[in-house]
Amino acid sequence: MDSALLRLENLEKSFGETRVLRGVSLSADAGQFITLLGPSGCGKTTTLRIIAGLESPDTGKVWLDGRDVTSAEPNKRDVNTVFQSYALFPHMTVEDNIGYGLRLRRKPKAEIRRAVKDALALVQLDGYEKRMTSELSGGQSQRIAIARAVIGNPKVLLLDEPLGALDYQLRRQMQLELKRLQKQLGITFIYITHDQEEALNMSDVIAVMRNGMFEQLGSVSEIYDAPKTAYVARFVGNANIVSGVVKDVSDGVITLARSDGEMSVKLTGAPPERGATVHAAVRGENVQIEPLGRDGQPPEPIVGTISDKRFAGGQLRISVTLSDGTEVTASRHGIDSPLAAGERVAVWWSPDHAVTVEGDNEA
Amino acid sequence: MKRKRRVSIAAILPMYLFTLLFVLGPLIYMLILSFASRDGQWGVSAEFTLKNYPRMLEPIYLRTFWNSIKLSLLSTLFVLLIGYPFGYFMARLTKKWRTIAMLLLIIPFWTSTLMRLYGWIIFFRANGVFDGLLMGLGLTTAPLKLLYSYPAVVVGMIYALVPFMIYSVYSSAEKLDWRLVEAARDLGASGFRAFLTVSLPLTAPGIFSGVILTFVPSMGLYFIADVLGGNKIVLIGNLIQEQLVKLHDWPFAAAMSVVLLVLTSVFLFLYRRVTKSDSLEGLV
Amino acid sequence: MKKSKRMALPKAYLVFLLLVMYLPIALVIIYSFNASRISSVWNGFTLDWYRSLFRDRSMFEALRNSVVLAVVSSCAAAVIGTLGAYGMSRVKLRGSGAMEYLSMLPIMIPEIILGMVFLVFFSLIGLPFGMTTLIIAHTAFNIPYVFLMVKARLAGFDGSLTDAARDLGAGELRTFTDITLPLIAPAILSGMLLSFAMSFDDVIISVFVTGVNTNTLPIKIYSQIKTGVTPKTNALCTLLFLVTVILGLSSVLVSRRGANRKSGKDE
Repeated sequence: MDSALLRLENLEKSFGETRVLRGVSLSADAGQFITLLGPSGCGKTTTLRIIAGLESPDTGKVWLDGRDVTSAEPNKRDVNTVFQSYALFPHMTVEDNIGYGLRLRRKPKAEIRRAVKDALALVQLDGYEKRMTSELSGGQSQRIAIARAVIGNPKVLLLDEPLGALDYQLRRQMQLELKRLQKQLGITFIYITHDQEEALNMSDVIAVMRNGMFEQLGSVSEIYDAPKTAYVARFVGNANIVSGVVKDVSDGVITLARSDGEMSVKLTGAPPERGATVHAAVRGENVQIEPLGRDGQPPEPIVGTISDKRFAGGQLRISVTLSDGTEVTASRHGIDSPLAAGERVAVWWSPDHAVTVEGDNEA
Repeated sequence: MKRKRRVSIAAILPMYLFTLLFVLGPLIYMLILSFASRDGQWGVSAEFTLKNYPRMLEPIYLRTFWNSIKLSLLSTLFVLLIGYPFGYFMARLTKKWRTIAMLLLIIPFWTSTLMRLYGWIIFFRANGVFDGLLMGLGLTTAPLKLLYSYPAVVVGMIYALVPFMIYSVYSSAEKLDWRLVEAARDLGASGFRAFLTVSLPLTAPGIFSGVILTFVPSMGLYFIADVLGGNKIVLIGNLIQEQLVKLHDWPFAAAMSVVLLVLTSVFLFLYRRVTKSDSLEGLV
Repeated sequence: MKKSKRMALPKAYLVFLLLVMYLPIALVIIYSFNASRISSVWNGFTLDWYRSLFRDRSMFEALRNSVVLAVVSSCAAAVIGTLGAYGMSRVKLRGSGAMEYLSMLPIMIPEIILGMVFLVFFSLIGLPFGMTTLIIAHTAFNIPYVFLMVKARLAGFDGSLTDAARDLGAGELRTFTDITLPLIAPAILSGMLLSFAMSFDDVIISVFVTGVNTNTLPIKIYSQIKTGVTPKTNALCTLLFLVTVILGLSSVLVSRRGANRKSGKDE
């Protein structure tokens, strides 16, 4: 028996021929904010529905607070969900929606009323008791859905892309508010999103999901600063992946040779063998792109050709194509740079900003 | 999850049982009966026979089948000619008037079929409203005595069936993009030509489903012939009813029903194939 | 302006055809107030036929039969059809498509065949003809109306609503009664009203499966039309017309209100 509040043991699930989950394991402590991050179709919603009891796994177990709840009905577990579509009951008032779980538990009317009032205060919608759900805006519906899910004091709250339908401004605001709520209530949150920014802003632990498996599970800084695989580095940090052959390892720096130059990467873990192919991940903001032969460049920087220059998302993005076809994109503040497409440039970075990652396990 | 399945199956069960017992059961029995022999005045004997089917080929029955189909085709043709413009024009009304027209159309459809037939009796009766009207206008001098005649039956059929056509045409004309018609006009087509080249082909599915929805029930509307045609006009339905109720030849009646049912099913199958819908928009 | 002028002829056509459709109904209603017994001649206004209608005991018995039949068969259809549509929307069983097709047959095949198969089948299993056989037959053709309405409603049903109820602690049954049932209630009600009207109006099937002593109103009217009518029949038809129109209109209103509420949710 361990101390984890929620433990998933090697969950597998198929729908017909499609294997949606291929062995998902997770352990969550009380009060943690855990995010399942991944593109649509990676199995994150299925994982959530299995925790909620709305699906049952083909194999594997779900433990909640030391009890095996794998085959328990959804109404028999201490877990509540905030649905992506909010799923507010259209034929009930806000008050009836929020109080529904308590009514099922046959709590006295006065107690329910008080609890609903508190829950509304918690999501800052005091006085909305008698509204019909059709009168609410998207953001308000969202808050009501949260209030309804937390009123019963679940041990774990599951949130299925709860901010997906909101506009950018509102989403930023709700992120902060959700985080505040989670701290205030001390409930474990299992949060689903495909938005890495959202995941990085809110979580204690992130599980990057891909094809029904966890690609990497770790703290925010682990995921961001030490991605284990090329996929995680790309998905979470928009990193560039550049491969090379180990030439030398010294002073905690690996030097990698390429046909078009050399690059250096910080050594983490055991030193790789000389001659092995290694993938380096480096985020756009750390990539230096300069005309050839400037001061401060490493002795043999990688040389490539600028293929594209564009302004997007408040940043200037300059893409360089290397000799093996790899594309490296650097991002800069500002709106233009003297570099022009077609120009031959040096591409380099400080070894502190690059890490080695495992290549894509399926090509 | 198993529980969900169990609950669902329990919910379906009554409908399955009812359907098996009171729909499939009777249909199978009818099929069996159509191969049985008639026994004496009343009964049915279990002796297997095929003779009920060839018997339908006897001239007297064949003629009835042919008359029945002829009447159905004739009615369907009139229904198409009368109902198509109605459904087409209705789709061009504003939303408010479309709703009103639809409601006005549905009300007679709900009303007792008998009452509507009875209204036609009053209308066609010798020296009734119709004769009075014609004589009053000086068009005829003597009562036409149209009741219990072929035209009266055709009118009754058209009247009962035209709503099906209107619904079908309307629902496909409603989906029609009128800008296409405007585009055709813009390209120089006359109004009629635009209709022929654009509207008509695009509402063809509505025509098709309307024809099926008219033709299929028309074969079973025996009591219109019964009420408005007196005993002069005999259709498949009347034949079945007569064999069943008056002559008590159940096996033969069953055989005729099987044939009628197969005919109907073929048309319904075509209907579902072409409209690709299993909702019965026109029927419900 | 130009458009409205172009629509003048079509509009005249629509109005004309609608008038023709109401002609027989209007004639029946008008002649129910005619003092003359021979209905071709108008002899002044009277309510005599309604009075004699209300004095006719057999008429009331037929009315009672019709009401009992319509109520029982539409309620039975509501229960069976709703549960069936609900269950079928949740699990896919082998052969359920064929079963659904079979269940819908009673409103798709010519009525005379339905009447005929019921007649021979009931005599095979030895059910005495009368109210029982009427109720079974009417339930059979009422189920499709309820089923189709409820099925259409469930097809647009947001499954996360029932998931949410389960998640908040409701069992299967409670979820059905708290969430599903209230949300599909308009469809059930409108299916019931429609099937009530259909049952109340049916003559062909009823003629085949009724017993000697069980008359419904349509059967009575049918035999009157066949044997010789009196303006009393007009009066009866007029009253029935009122009943069906009211039921039909309520069915439309109910389903429209339900649809509005549903679309209101999406906003």
